[in-house]
Amino acid sequence: MAEMAATDDKTQEGAEESSELTIDLSPVAENMPPEVSHDRPVVFDVDGLSVHYGEHRAVWDVTLKVYKQQVTAFIGPSGCGKTTVLRCFNRMNDLIRTASIGGHIRYHGQDLYEEGVNVTEVRRRIGMVFQKPNPFPKSIYDNIAYGPRIAGVARRDLDGVVEKALQRAALWDEVKDRLGKSALGLSGGQQQRLCIARAIAVEPEVILMDEPCSSLDPVSTARIEDLMAEIKGQFTIVIVTHNMQQAARASDMTAFFTTEADEVGGNRSGVLVEYAPTPQIFSNPSDSRTESYVTGRFG
Amino acid sequence: MMTTTLEREQAPFPEFDLKAGRLAAGRKWRNRFATVFMIGAFFVAAIPLFFVLLTVVTKGLSVISADWFTADIPDVASSVLASKFGATDVAPVVYGMAPAIVGTLLTTGLATLIAVPLGILGAIYLNEYGRQRRFAQVLRFFTDVMIGVPSVIMGVFLYAVWVVPRGVDGRSAVAGGLALACLMLPIVVRSTEEMLKLVPDHLREASLALGSRTSRATMTVVVPAALPGITSGCMLAIARAAGETAPLLLTIGSTRFLNAHFSGVNTALSTQIFSNVTQPGGEPLAWGAALTLIALVLIFTLLARFVTSRFALAQS
Repeated sequence: MAEMAATDDKTQEGAEESSELTIDLSPVAENMPPEVSHDRPVVFDVDGLSVHYGEHRAVWDVTLKVYKQQVTAFIGPSGCGKTTVLRCFNRMNDLIRTASIGGHIRYHGQDLYEEGVNVTEVRRRIGMVFQKPNPFPKSIYDNIAYGPRIAGVARRDLDGVVEKALQRAALWDEVKDRLGKSALGLSGGQQQRLCIARAIAVEPEVILMDEPCSSLDPVSTARIEDLMAEIKGQFTIVIVTHNMQQAARASDMTAFFTTEADEVGGNRSGVLVEYAPTPQIFSNPSDSRTESYVTGRFG
Repeated sequence: MMTTTLEREQAPFPEFDLKAGRLAAGRKWRNRFATVFMIGAFFVAAIPLFFVLLTVVTKGLSVISADWFTADIPDVASSVLASKFGATDVAPVVYGMAPAIVGTLLTTGLATLIAVPLGILGAIYLNEYGRQRRFAQVLRFFTDVMIGVPSVIMGVFLYAVWVVPRGVDGRSAVAGGLALACLMLPIVVRSTEEMLKLVPDHLREASLALGSRTSRATMTVVVPAALPGITSGCMLAIARAAGETAPLLLTIGSTRFLNAHFSGVNTALSTQIFSNVTQPGGEPLAWGAALTLIALVLIFTLLARFVTSRFALAQS
């Protein structure tokens, strides 16, 4: 680990070097999906990504590929940078003034952080569902229609778009008689499915989910997982979760992150330990840290 | 540790007392005293307010009739003097306040039209765009300073830069409106910014994550969510401006006759209170004007509440 700290994570070369030089990170390179023989197209190609919040390094040297129409889960203990990485995928970290990003994230080969990239275009293609259900204080209809309206969907088509989105999110039957009522009157689980429907309504390619079930009861969680299974044929889903059973049940690929102390400043920052097909992560992990985490011995 | 039913029945009485730690007599009385004291303090604080209202209503109501809203302001001092010198053909005084009502509406209306949009836009800049940037922080600091500037300074300022250069035509409802706008602007900016700050960030994120720009997120999510609070802040600013006397004394002049134009000497309810209360025979006019002013502010506040509650229907 001392060798790792010595390499500069800021530069692209340094990041590539470190995966070769360091013994600890070698499992990551070995288990990178080429070996997994994926014939699916790559949606996100993350290459030596590191994120700083001011002076603090939140996560560093993450390299992985996200495949089309699969559910990719990020697991790991608190503070390991899962959410930070997720929020880089649709540039939500731009909203945090102190955040700075090193390395590359290519979305279908285009660098998301290149100069001139239109963030609204990025976010229209890459939707997001947040940890806490956050419907707008507007009617159910207006919540779903919000994104399509921004995208310029004609008024006469809106009704159809709203119905379709709600149906795909398995919420239509519950709310069809009260579309004009405030979305804040729904239960927590319904609100979260509304947020998923709201994200679906703009027809994104990717849906990022940041611990979407952490504030929900088990029944609502199960419904959201069913929903994910149902829509994954149409969307690429990246989900951050604290719940390992959820990752095991719902995802195709799993990335395990953990925190490591930085030898220089003693700060803890997140690193990617292992990225592999979900069954492999849970039954036959190649890194001892992954094994102790998934078996519940740490984390 | 599991205990069987049998064991539990045989167990000795617990050594704890659920009723232990109740308030001791001393604390109970102190608690009661504090409650009574707080309620009492509230009433003491409300007493002056109540008497002010009572006095204004009882004294003001006597002069208010249909004429009050249509007639020019009477020259009460001359009538009093004339009767003092034994004149018998003095016409009865018709109490009217129409010129001042119109003047207040003109000046406050103009000030609102200027200060509310500018102030809200300024607050949107500070909270949604400027945030912690250097320029925004400087702006925020000077807005705070402006709030503390005594209102008469605004009057003097407008007097110097607007009234004096225009000579005899300088005093007008426009000059008064501008002075009141200067007074309102910082209040609107700061109160609106506070309300925008209360809108949780997750709503902004929800909007941005759907591909909206900051401007769109602000207009469709943030401002609607903060609207009731923004309205309250603006109403406070308007009420404050409507009651201001000092800046108007220097900028609109004084007249007894109706002037429904923005140009030319005008008058206002607040300045009428000021000038009439010391004038022989003018006291009823002052009380009437005071009551009218309170009623006006009340009506506008209720109106604003009603309009925003319409806007905010889906928010509850």
